[in-house]
Amino acid sequence: MGILGHYNYWIVIFLMMVGFYIVISHGNLVKKIVGLNIFQASVFILYISMGKIHGGTAPIVAEGVSRYSNPLPHVLILTAIVVGVATTALGLALVVRINEAYGTVEEDEIHAKDSSL
Amino acid sequence: MLFGIYSLLSAGIFLVLDALDVAFIEAAVGAGISTVLMLSTLALTERKEKEPRHKAVLPLLVVLVTGAALVYGTLDMPDFGDPKAPVHQHVAPRYIQQSPAEIGVPNMVTSVLASYRGYDTLGEVTVIFTAGVGVLALIADRRRTRRRRRRG
Repeated sequence: MGILGHYNYWIVIFLMMVGFYIVISHGNLVKKIVGLNIFQASVFILYISMGKIHGGTAPIVAEGVSRYSNPLPHVLILTAIVVGVATTALGLALVVRINEAYGTVEEDEIHAKDSSL
Repeated sequence: MLFGIYSLLSAGIFLVLDALDVAFIEAAVGAGISTVLMLSTLALTERKEKEPRHKAVLPLLVVLVTGAALVYGTLDMPDFGDPKAPVHQHVAPRYIQQSPAEIGVPNMVTSVLASYRGYDTLGEVTVIFTAGVGVLALIADRRRTRRRRRRG
């Protein structure tokens, strides 16, 4: 396969960098959380693509199947998705609370209000 | 909205990559609950982002450099779908060979999740509980202060 065998990593890196770019370039806190989520999903895809085996099937025991994909990354990512949604909910609640206290979700406006106090 | 579609698409990718359980979870939790949370936050805050004051050249540069470093790091990784990759050599073969006999559940993901790595799931539940308590503390406090303000 040579160097083209790594294409799954490149897709993951592209998604990861899109998320990273959104986090560091946008001042809007909701957009920052969206960026974090895109970053997170890219890590999920990294793990799941590592568990894939050519010619393997889903890791459920069936007659006449001897080659399964790796079940361990699936379990780890199953846990990670649920934890990710929980942390997203917490982050969004913080954003709602910040909006309540400052009247804005833009980072520079929050800084301006803080320094004017 | 786009975020929900992204989540659903990644669920499709997981399906193609043989991760049925992960695809179910992503479609239900990622595409469902996350989208609802995101939309309700947008409803509670501002809908439009303000125009950025500074140019986004420096973040772009940082992202490109990081991405190049990561691509360089993948050069000695195993190929996609390679059965001889180190990931498949150590723990997974035991799960694949022994878990139907030891646990008696045909779905290996279920048996690993609920039995071999049950403590992980316990930790996950702890994290969800903590996050729920945090969200309640943040939002419920807000309601109480609003009521107090109305009274005062």
